[in-house]
Amino acid sequence: MSLYVRRRIVNAVGLALSIFATAFGLFWLGWLLWTLVAQGLPWIDLSVFSQPTPPPGDVGGLSNAIIGSLLLTGSGIVIGAPIGVLAATYLSEFGRKTHLASVVRFVNDILLSAPSIVIGVFIYELIVLRTGHFSGWAGGMALALIVIPIVVRTTEDMLCLVPVSLREAAAALGAPRWRVIFAVVYRASRAGILTGMLLAVARISGETAPLLFTALNNQFWSLDMGGALANLPVVIFQFAMSPYEDWQHLAWAGALLITAGILALNIIARVLGRARK
Amino acid sequence: MEQVASIPATAAERILQRRLRRGHLADRLFAYTTMLFAGVVLFLVLAISVALLVGAWPAIRQFGFGFLTSAEWNPVTDNYGAVVPLVGTLVTSAIAMIIAVPVSFGIAVFITELAPRWLRRPIGTAVELLAAIPSIIYGMWGLFVFAPLFAEYLQPWVIEHIGRLPLIGALFSGPPLGIGVFTAGIILAVMVIPFVTAVMRDVFELVPAVLKESAYGLGATTWEVLRHVVLPYTKVGVAGGIMLGLGRALGETMAVTFVIGNAHQFNSSLFMPGNTISSTLANEFTEATGELYTAALIELGLVLFFITFLVLALAKLLLLRLTAREGERT
Repeated sequence: MSLYVRRRIVNAVGLALSIFATAFGLFWLGWLLWTLVAQGLPWIDLSVFSQPTPPPGDVGGLSNAIIGSLLLTGSGIVIGAPIGVLAATYLSEFGRKTHLASVVRFVNDILLSAPSIVIGVFIYELIVLRTGHFSGWAGGMALALIVIPIVVRTTEDMLCLVPVSLREAAAALGAPRWRVIFAVVYRASRAGILTGMLLAVARISGETAPLLFTALNNQFWSLDMGGALANLPVVIFQFAMSPYEDWQHLAWAGALLITAGILALNIIARVLGRARK
Repeated sequence: MEQVASIPATAAERILQRRLRRGHLADRLFAYTTMLFAGVVLFLVLAISVALLVGAWPAIRQFGFGFLTSAEWNPVTDNYGAVVPLVGTLVTSAIAMIIAVPVSFGIAVFITELAPRWLRRPIGTAVELLAAIPSIIYGMWGLFVFAPLFAEYLQPWVIEHIGRLPLIGALFSGPPLGIGVFTAGIILAVMVIPFVTAVMRDVFELVPAVLKESAYGLGATTWEVLRHVVLPYTKVGVAGGIMLGLGRALGETMAVTFVIGNAHQFNSSLFMPGNTISSTLANEFTEATGELYTAALIELGLVLFFITFLVLALAKLLLLRLTAREGERT
């Protein structure tokens, strides 16, 4: 009887702890989001979107950082996504069980887990040192290096989900392989591939570490990818660490904007991914 | 008559052949293009390793293996060693894993075994959203919200009570600063939880229902089924998930940079400021003057890249073993 009771108690305690752990996890999410809204929302107004970053003590906004972030994220995905999709096409359609494919898969996972700051250092060595100045292109390249492994991973998974019989049906109609891939395989997995790209966009739009040594920052309004470019994450970093209160307020406003954008992207990607199934 | 009929036939054939040939050519071209881009992925990782090695070369030549054993970090005398940031990286990650692993296990158990079906997806999604929040947000929140509260309410109590114990007391002594190695570990734990949870949940779902049902049939409690059926069956996968989380914790930069205090010094207390490889890079890389200083920082990056590579390889190996066994059983 006492053994029975003890087992029941152990069970109850264990399960209670697991419920507690879940509450603990959700608690952080709630606390974080609440902080962001409470600290960021009061400072979001029109000038945040219409004016560039101010010198300390002046009024201003984040317009240059917002546009810079859009440019950097855009170039990152435009450079990275096609490379990722084509590499994944090789893995899933041509190379599937070759040695090269398994090596590429492993190496892709290395790239996926490589610390983003190391990627920043690499691009610094490769581009910033060579050209002699920080530039938006360097930042875009660094972000592309983060995009590639994500897109390779998700796209390969999605392409593999397309039933072989669909490919065979198209091949039986006489379509050459590239035609089969473009007209059937890509089309069938379009939503999934797009989901992967959205997740990649969400991931890079908050990345700070690789931009510190590449795009750096720019106090002024600039659309020049060839020069240092303002961007939200680095502005948030610099303003949050600054002793000026209005800079810190702008940092919170930027933090709220960026998080809201990323969460929205994630939710859209999820809905898109679910609609497929 | 025969000839007349044969002329259009060969024409048609020729067109067909041309098309086939063109299809073949396009096929070959496309296949090679995709192969080329698969090669790009390969090349990138090689290029990163080579570029880091080249960049770090002056420091490697100057300090040799001593770099990994020296605690010196002095830009004035141009003398550098990796021990302080290296230990900082390992200690913060260790704290993070000590907190994150049990919590992730609890959440995975809740999602797979306890929660009613309608609650599973929302909770899973919420935990995954925790992973989507950028690390800089964690850093800001840690510095401005968490650290002050931690310093005011929790730390004094811990210093008062645990700080007096022999042996482990030294780890929790000193002034309640809020920021420091321990705070960085806590923030990292919150960031790592979603990654570990996701893997644990996925491998728990791999356990065949028959196994669990037979244990239940023998009268086992839910906890006993977890301990004696689910965990033994998935232990390799669970370890793989922990390794993946560890990889993330080791390389995390911004959140740590905000809260760790960035001090190049050893301290027996976890409540004191320290630094990690990534935070050192974030703080000093753009300001580094002199070839040797930059090279030493790049060598730090190389060390970090190598560590995360090792951890990832281990994780892959473990997860592979799980899937191999999975194939055997079914």
